[in-house]
Amino acid sequence: MDEIRRRDPRREWVARNRLHPEHARALAEQGGGATSEWLGPQGVMRKNPHAIGFMGPNGVKRIDRSGAQQGGRVSGAAHQAALDRRRIVTIEAPAFLVAVVPELSGGRLSSHDKDLLGLARRLADADPDHPGAVLAVVFGEHKEDSFGEAGIDRVLHFGDEAYAGFAPEARLAALMAVERELAPRHWLLPDSPLGGADLGRRLALRLGERPATGVWQVEGDGEAALGWRCTARGAAESLDIQRPLPRVALALSECAEPVDETRHAAEPLSLMAAVPRALSRIEDLGQVAVDPAGVALAEAEFILSGGNGVKDWDAFHHAAKVLGATEGASRVAVDDGFMARDRQVGATGTWVTARVYLAAGISGAIQHLQGIQSCDKVVAINMDPGCDMIKRADLAVIGDAGEILSALVAKVEQQRGGQRDAA
Amino acid sequence: MRPEEQGVEVVVLVSVGRHPITGRARRADQDARGLELALGLEARLPGSRIGLLHAGPHREESESALRGYLGMTAGTGLDSLTLLEQAEGADAIPALAEHLAAAPPQLVITGARAERGEGSGLLPYALAEHLGWPLVNGLAAVEKVENGVATLLQALPRGQRRRLKVRLPAIVSVDAAAPAARQSAFGPARRAELEATPVAAELDLELAEWPMVPARKRPKRLKIVKSASARDRFKAAAAKAEGGSGQVLEGVSSEQAAEAIFKLLREEGVLPR
Ligand SMILES: Cc1cc2nc3c(=O)[nH]c(=O)nc-3n(C[C@H](O)[C@H](O)[C@H](O)COP(=O)(O)OP(=O)(O)OC[C@H]3O[C@@H](n4cnc5c(N)ncnc54)[C@H](O)[C@@H]3O)c2cc1C
Repeated sequence: MDEIRRRDPRREWVARNRLHPEHARALAEQGGGATSEWLGPQGVMRKNPHAIGFMGPNGVKRIDRSGAQQGGRVSGAAHQAALDRRRIVTIEAPAFLVAVVPELSGGRLSSHDKDLLGLARRLADADPDHPGAVLAVVFGEHKEDSFGEAGIDRVLHFGDEAYAGFAPEARLAALMAVERELAPRHWLLPDSPLGGADLGRRLALRLGERPATGVWQVEGDGEAALGWRCTARGAAESLDIQRPLPRVALALSECAEPVDETRHAAEPLSLMAAVPRALSRIEDLGQVAVDPAGVALAEAEFILSGGNGVKDWDAFHHAAKVLGATEGASRVAVDDGFMARDRQVGATGTWVTARVYLAAGISGAIQHLQGIQSCDKVVAINMDPGCDMIKRADLAVIGDAGEILSALVAKVEQQRGGQRDAA
Repeated sequence: MRPEEQGVEVVVLVSVGRHPITGRARRADQDARGLELALGLEARLPGSRIGLLHAGPHREESESALRGYLGMTAGTGLDSLTLLEQAEGADAIPALAEHLAAAPPQLVITGARAERGEGSGLLPYALAEHLGWPLVNGLAAVEKVENGVATLLQALPRGQRRRLKVRLPAIVSVDAAAPAARQSAFGPARRAELEATPVAAELDLELAEWPMVPARKRPKRLKIVKSASARDRFKAAAAKAEGGSGQVLEGVSSEQAAEAIFKLLREEGVLPR
């Protein structure tokens, strides 16, 4: 392309002169409609304040000096560009591999996985002249499509049926095949009960390594064998143990910052040799239906909670049963003797982590709201449209709790009946 | 014919715990849960036998903690604990593996993690690797044992359970999902016997080398907003933690309200099918 910028001083002058009859055309020619900045003849940046800004809600022109956006004119494309600002990194010939076995709970990278991948990137990118690659070993079906954004260079997917569910022996055999073929320098697993805590310990013992468990901090250290030192939690969280980072490390969440500035290739990879079939002495018979009433409140996934606004408690218990929800209560309901003390949600009760919290007739006192901080979706049923629970809720309906619950129960039962008829 | 349910031989590995606040020796919570599980099994399967096993130094403090387990077994006929006596700071794994290999039980129950020392939770795995037995972690219940196969319930997050079949002999580890331990009775604990056998053991030199300090509080992660523009950063910093972005349905019939809630519950997938 033509590298030399040619200037037309007359055009520039016309473009600067708002009153010139050809002003609009000159502006358009200068590129992309109204140009707000250009290099003046003396080499000074010139700005046209008339070309920037947007009309505010009161019909007054506003100028946003941050340069981020131009009022209502922010387009989808510009937004996309902002999202795509990540640097793209491809590592063709890695000096070594850092293998990560993410937990992938629910088929997606959890925040724990992402922290772990951030740590893996730190280990891989420590020496910019000899960068390593991050290899993710993924078992079973998954729904994740942003492996690259999480900092993964290579993905090794074992999608076979044999690896689904609780299959530590098959998974261990696969990891050992990876070890033989690719010999990663580091193995990182999340120290989470169902993810890496089990598999990682098995792997370490099979490799004959003494793994670091509960790692929450990793620092460079020239004297250590692998060049890193780590701090690990020990003795029921009461000790910090400093040790050189071994080949196998099981890390806690927030062990490092997740990757957010780069995008990696996430190239699919496969092993040359087939994984030997492991003889399994453990058979997974699948998940068991549990009685939601027996689930501890703190771990329940779906809670139906009742407060002072619930009048008919028998109907409430029935609703919880039909919906398959664990029961919770506000303090008032507990103090009045309608619910057991261990069902109280809030500051002086249980801090719940439910994914869906359905609050019937609860006003949302601060002590109660504290207890539901980490709930994903809150649904409120209340008579008072101004109460605090409604402000917190993702979906709020104004009305009588008893009536709405019974309508909901009828709806669920009807739906279920319909399915049974169809079946 | 119904397959015969026979008694099983269980060994529960117990350790000396540490009270989280006072730091005093006590029975370890997870190990006590393991013993509770074994006692439940014995009550259901007549003819079962339970053994208690500990490897470590024989001192006054640890003895009173170990007697805490024996106080749980009053009325079950179990009144002794095998103590493999080792020097302080010795590795317990070889001694335990050797002892178990010499007289293999059908089921070994351990806690997931010790409350003292490294507490890495490696012991059950190391034993499984040594003995070549299958291992199941996070055990919640033993449903039945027939023909050398145990049916177990494993605890998943959110109170869910998974059913597994394991060929015996096996090692299982329990954590907080297992049934809570009963109280320990003082009298039987005093009267019970500790059968101490000295064993040779290597010191764990590696562990002794690593500096250990009381756990520091982990720094809270700050919400860092990486954005090029000051406006975005300011907006993110000044945003209220809980935005009132929820949908409010007012003046609708209860059927419509129920419909809306039903839709949300279905989308979230929490309704039982
Ligand atoms: C130190 C301290 C600790 C506390 N700890 C806790 C705690 O851990 N947990 C806790 O929950 N509370 C706690 N509280 C109590 C808390 O401050 C509130 O008093 C309590 O949460 C209110 O309960 P509520 O929302 O059920 O009752 P109310 O505040 O009486 O609210 C009832 C709500 O139901 C609505 N309503 C009435 N009738 C109907 C109907 N027919 N249909 C639908 N809606 C209806 C009303 O509009 C109202 O919004 C604590 C208080 C103190 C001082």
